Amino acid sequence: MKKSFKLKGLDCANCATKIEEHVKKVDGVENASVSFMTQKMTVETSSDDEEIFKKIKKVVKREEPDVKVEEI
Amino acid sequence: MKKSLIQIIISFILFLVAMAVPFENDLINKGLYIIAYLIVGLEIVWKAIRNIFRGRVFDEHFLMAVATIGAFVIGEFPEAVAVMLFYQVGELFQDYAVDKSRKSITSLMDIRPDIAFVKRNGKIEKISPEDVKIGENIVVKPGEKIPLDGIIVEGSSMVDTSALTGESVPKEVTVGDEVLGGCINENGLLTIKVEKEFGESTVSKILDLVENASSKKSKSENFITKFAKYYTPIVVIIAVLLAIIPPFVLNLGEFTEWLYRALTFLVVSCPCALVISIPLGFFGGIGGASKTGILVKGSNYLEALANTEIVVFDKTGTLTEGVFEVQKVEANGISKEELLKYAAYAESNSNHPISISLKKAYNKEINQSSILNTEEIAGRGVSSNVEGREVLIGNDKLMKEKNISYIPCNEIGTILYVAIDNKYAGYILIADKIKEDTFKAIKTLKKNNIKETVMLTGDKKEVGEKVANELGLDKVYTELLPDGKVEKVEELMKDKSEKGKLVFVGDGINDAPVLALSDIGIAMGGLGSDAAIEAADVVIMTDEPSKIGTAIKISKKTMKIVRQNIVFAIAVKVLVLILTAFGIGTMWEAVFADVGVSVLAIINSLRALSVKK
Repeated sequence: MKKSFKLKGLDCANCATKIEEHVKKVDGVENASVSFMTQKMTVETSSDDEEIFKKIKKVVKREEPDVKVEEI
Repeated sequence: MKKSLIQIIISFILFLVAMAVPFENDLINKGLYIIAYLIVGLEIVWKAIRNIFRGRVFDEHFLMAVATIGAFVIGEFPEAVAVMLFYQVGELFQDYAVDKSRKSITSLMDIRPDIAFVKRNGKIEKISPEDVKIGENIVVKPGEKIPLDGIIVEGSSMVDTSALTGESVPKEVTVGDEVLGGCINENGLLTIKVEKEFGESTVSKILDLVENASSKKSKSENFITKFAKYYTPIVVIIAVLLAIIPPFVLNLGEFTEWLYRALTFLVVSCPCALVISIPLGFFGGIGGASKTGILVKGSNYLEALANTEIVVFDKTGTLTEGVFEVQKVEANGISKEELLKYAAYAESNSNHPISISLKKAYNKEINQSSILNTEEIAGRGVSSNVEGREVLIGNDKLMKEKNISYIPCNEIGTILYVAIDNKYAGYILIADKIKEDTFKAIKTLKKNNIKETVMLTGDKKEVGEKVANELGLDKVYTELLPDGKVEKVEELMKDKSEKGKLVFVGDGINDAPVLALSDIGIAMGGLGSDAAIEAADVVIMTDEPSKIGTAIKISKKTMKIVRQNIVFAIAVKVLVLILTAFGIGTMWEAVFADVGVSVLAIINSLRALSVKK
């Protein structure tokens, strides 16, 4: 499962790296890549279980409270 | 963004008043400074507090907050406000620059079609391209973007493919031709039968590829991430030591003096300039390249291209047109046109590439009723009766067997001898042609100090060597089977220096193993070829080999900018740190250095976006 999200308000390159690192650690996430320039996060997950995406959103919220995750 | 600009202006005015007017009660001045500070800095302090609870001490907000509050504590009120003020100005500018470059890159890639007019039940419906199914007919009016890949079933027009290829000359298309989504229909009304779903269309694939290019990070970017990881903690630790050791352990002067220096350290502790400008530079380079029809799949490849030492080409379809063309007509006793006419007529019923090239060279209507008794002679050629005359066309064996006294010719390519009424009438030379653009391509590569240009081909020795000589290539290997190509590339990989890279250029169809094996695999003519887009690291949308030189140039320029930024930013920061440690640098200078470096590095990065064709 590959899914992309828009990260609205992602305004520092450091934050992009942090989000990427932490999202990769979420259970069920096989790979994650955050592009600061395109403000896009692409995640590969083992299944399309809503729980995984909820967790991912939670992690982003924890790392950068000002960033809004939107599904594309 | 407007809000913060107003905040900065108000804060700046209060700051100036506090600086310029010596109120009798200096509490008024101090009060003004504090208000000015809170207007611009409250948000930062709040973020810093939030970060402490999450255990993130080396966050830039936290460091700015500590530096400025520390300045207040030791009574440096103007410094505290100025640092926060300029930090915010810098942030504002960064946002602006990043936003601007994001926009210019997205507009560059603004090729995603939004609407499709589909014919359903005799009516035309306006829907999203995603909802159009394969096999449905869509209508595209002049001036509109073609939404999906398909085949024209009605109408003809000129289409502008520049968004996909960087090619500015429009292409003429008519019924039966394939057109791709993302191109602009210039003048005619077209009805197109959709061949691919939107998600599978070329334009979707290209966009996907470019947008995800930033996920493959270059060595420089990884270096910066690592550098940032160590730089900030090291500077902070030195700052702490600077505040404690000289005054208390070494008894070298006042604590407040050393604390001031330590706080100044914190001001330059953020590696922001690097962290933003390096990815921005690569992103700009990739964006600029895609504008010219070169898709780079990751900044690692863009970085590697700059170190290209050996360029290996596949011959057919890459350096040459890959189609057979009549190169020469040598007539004996009749005119050239007549010779070509008889040959084309005799071969007119065959679909062999050679027959097709003859018909193409003749380029006139063929009157089928004047052709009789066409007979194919296997491995030899064709015999036919054209306008009442016996025509024989084929190789030397045919001439010998029919006892025709022909003049043997040893030119390179496929030679067709023609005899009319059993009398030798001349020969036609058919060969694959070198692309016009290839000569320019090789020249550009040599100018860019590429050490070796090599050609690999499965063709005969004479054919291959002739092409290589004409182009002035350094090496050529002929009569290779597909696994022979792999072997040769493996050998060549050993030839290059440690840092040097080997680039393989092919059409992406039969050379997937070689593309994967080389440092950078470039596929040519990617437009419409999914295999090429999948297999290669760099895709050239047109079939011009000169784009390889362009790609290398873009890569070199990007790397130059990236290096300039790294050296400049680190040098300025280290200089400020040294000056501060010795008490020469002030907090003012530190913040100017910090913000200034970021701004200059970003402006420098934006240069990567502009590409000279």
